[in-house]
Amino acid sequence: MAKRASIVLIGLCALVLGSGVAFMTLGLRGNLAFVLELRGIRLCALIVVGVAIGVSTVLFQTVTRNRILTPSIMGLDALFVLGQTTLVFVLGGLGFSSLDPRLTFAGEIGLLMVLALALFLPMLRAQMDMGMLLLVGVVLGVLFRSLTSLIARLIDPNDFAVAQQASFASFNDLEPNLLALSAVLTMLGAIVAWRMRHELDVISLGADAAIGLGIAWRSAVTGILILVAALVAVSTALVGPVAFLGLIAVALGERMIDTRRHGVLLPTVALVAVAILVCGQILFQHMLGSASALGVVVEFVGGIVFLALLLAGVRR
Amino acid sequence: MIDIRNVSLSHGGTRVLDDISLTVPKGGVTALVGPNGAGKSSLLSLIARLQPLQDGQITVDGLPVGKTPSRQLAKTLAVLRQDPAIGSRLRVGELVALGRFPHHRGRPGPEDRRIVAETLDEFDLATLADKFVETLSGGQRQRVLVAMTFCQGTDYVLLDEPLNNLDMYHARQLMRYVRRVADEKTRTIVIIVHEINYAAAYADHIVAMKSGRLEAHGPTAEVLGPAMLKQVFGYEMSVLKGQSPLVAHY
Amino acid sequence: MIAALKLSGPRAGILAGALLLALVAVSLNVGVSEVSFRSVWSDVETRQIIMASRLPRTLAALLSGAGLAIAGLVMQTLARNRFVEPATAGTSQSAALGILVTTLFWPSASVAMKTLVASATALGGTSIFLAIAHRLPPTQPYLVPLVGLIYGGVLGACLTFVAWQTDLLQYLEAWTVGEFSGVLRGRYELLWVAAAMVALVWWTADRLTVLSLGRDVSIGLGLDYDRMLQIGLLVVSVISALTVVVVGIIPFVGLVVPNLVSRFKGDNVGLALPSVAVGGAGLVLTCDILGRLVRYPYEIPVGTVLGVVGAAGFLILLLRKNSHG
Repeated sequence: MAKRASIVLIGLCALVLGSGVAFMTLGLRGNLAFVLELRGIRLCALIVVGVAIGVSTVLFQTVTRNRILTPSIMGLDALFVLGQTTLVFVLGGLGFSSLDPRLTFAGEIGLLMVLALALFLPMLRAQMDMGMLLLVGVVLGVLFRSLTSLIARLIDPNDFAVAQQASFASFNDLEPNLLALSAVLTMLGAIVAWRMRHELDVISLGADAAIGLGIAWRSAVTGILILVAALVAVSTALVGPVAFLGLIAVALGERMIDTRRHGVLLPTVALVAVAILVCGQILFQHMLGSASALGVVVEFVGGIVFLALLLAGVRR
Repeated sequence: MIDIRNVSLSHGGTRVLDDISLTVPKGGVTALVGPNGAGKSSLLSLIARLQPLQDGQITVDGLPVGKTPSRQLAKTLAVLRQDPAIGSRLRVGELVALGRFPHHRGRPGPEDRRIVAETLDEFDLATLADKFVETLSGGQRQRVLVAMTFCQGTDYVLLDEPLNNLDMYHARQLMRYVRRVADEKTRTIVIIVHEINYAAAYADHIVAMKSGRLEAHGPTAEVLGPAMLKQVFGYEMSVLKGQSPLVAHY
Repeated sequence: MIAALKLSGPRAGILAGALLLALVAVSLNVGVSEVSFRSVWSDVETRQIIMASRLPRTLAALLSGAGLAIAGLVMQTLARNRFVEPATAGTSQSAALGILVTTLFWPSASVAMKTLVASATALGGTSIFLAIAHRLPPTQPYLVPLVGLIYGGVLGACLTFVAWQTDLLQYLEAWTVGEFSGVLRGRYELLWVAAAMVALVWWTADRLTVLSLGRDVSIGLGLDYDRMLQIGLLVVSVISALTVVVVGIIPFVGLVVPNLVSRFKGDNVGLALPSVAVGGAGLVLTCDILGRLVRYPYEIPVGTVLGVVGAAGFLILLLRKNSHG
């Protein structure tokens, strides 16, 4: 491993540790045990979400061979919310809440995997050009979101705020039941991605080159897409869509280590994503006094980063 | 007459045109020749007010470029740039008819329609008039664009590599048309060509440029010689004298 | 509607007109209270419902539909790209931002005043978008709509954040989700300005067609390029601001309708304009009627219905175009 990369990784680890401690201890008041437990759960959730988004974005960009696509830009998280809303619609509000949340969660993940494969595998096989792929993905996202709000209104026209809740990122009302399951899934996903790191380096060269170098491209890409779908489902189920976090994390991480080698890139991006989430949450909770707006700010900053990346890429 | 006085142009520190002074006489065909990067297209777009003048003056038929209203200039001067990307879904007839825009500003009269029909015939496009431009081949598209430019009916016409994409037959047809328009209607045509023999065969005057500088200009028969060609293009070629001069450059 | 597009000449006009009239009749009839046409002249109450609510609502749908479709057409001409429209490229979002700011700092401002401010911010927002769009390489046409969508998203995030901080989130919904249920007599008349804008487009149709050929060709033909660009921007901004103020953002009308018409009639603005205006009016009215019927007696906002219908339609357009090569 290059010296620069190890320094960056050590630095990032320190940053994550430090911010984690700060998150747990800043402004402690009241019932210590209760507050610490609550914060501990939240911190775990932030870490799980950060890792899931970071790893899934790297994988997705490797498969699609570009730096601009992320699963959420392609509408994957919107698809998850749509699936969830549809489930509520089909089962009815009562039927839905009487089910074991872990069971429905597993069902939703499975559904997202199937849909993601059905949507993106043909696009990847057809080797669509990048701009087209992006545009289709963005419009798909709009379609999913509109369908979601349409179905939300069909469920209960007087009170569709419940379903709308899912479309804003929020780290305050977590589903603790799902946290353990999500953590296990994310860990498994990260391990699989890590073990594939050398294959990923080859796959990022494109289908032709990868096949030429002896990779079973189709099955590898199918596997990666399933992995991406699972990770996106985990993060979306926990906190709702966070549109541009993955993009910023990859853009920043890659600039820090200056390499696209997955052995270094995967941990770096995961750490950067966690650091952004924890630091942002601290900032919002203690300084700006409104933690729920984090998602909106990430969207704003991320959108500008995205435009800057795009325009810089054009000029090159 | 196109009068160019001390024109210079820089783009981000690089000198594209360096103190060009030149008079293109009224009537006839003037060929602008020179290697890539000589500044031919830049000079053309300055004459056609597509870029603002930085230094020097240009007048077309006595009208100072930059000070004359664009609309008035459009009745005196037509320009065809290299490869204008036509993204709109327009029919051939519609696009050529837009060449008359400076005269009718959107309300075409019978005279405009007559000229459009004539031009379509002239360029062999009458059968294509109802086709969308995007469905045409590269050569057909190029002919449509040239037709549109001539349809503008101006005394001065500037063409930037109009022979691009044309096969030998249509390239010859176009040059003959240019010649005929110059002779019969005493129009002034400035044309950038890469194939030096088209200049030799059809142009009355030649303007040779290299690296933003004017290298030679004058009547074709006087200017076109081995010495000038070597100076501009950088290698020896012989010039055979016949009915019109022929350059053996390969 | 689509069948009518393929025809041309007076027959197509009559067919499209008849279809539109039928839609209007349906729209006047659909609603929570029963209305029968026979009793319009005899029954005072029926007449009142029609004149005060149904007719304004129908007119508002027609006017905003026609206006937005034309605004889309003009925007595509300005950006020289088929896949942009005001509602997804930041124009509508900037207009909503303008309204939000006016509401914050000048709560007593009249609707006309709000429209004026919204038009100004829409003008600014769209100018920035066009400046970016003209810088993108023409060889990658898909970048322009993409940048537009992200740019609109950034402005939308701004909007949400400001509304959040100032507790105006519930108002935001009224501007960002297009809805006709609140339209009554006295609250939609500003939309007639959109009709005036459509007339302006018709008057300058040939100049807009020339503009669509790009800067060099426009100047070569003696068009005052910058001035025409400004007129186009003005049309797009004013129409978007009007619809946002009166009914909220209605997406995809400006995208789907001009693209469909272009398939049959081409991009000659003068030739395409009547079909685009009628098509836009018909599409929005149809979606509004659908929104009233799907979950009768509750209503689904027209913006939501169009989000589904329009996005699906746009995807089909995109993929079809791609498979043509």
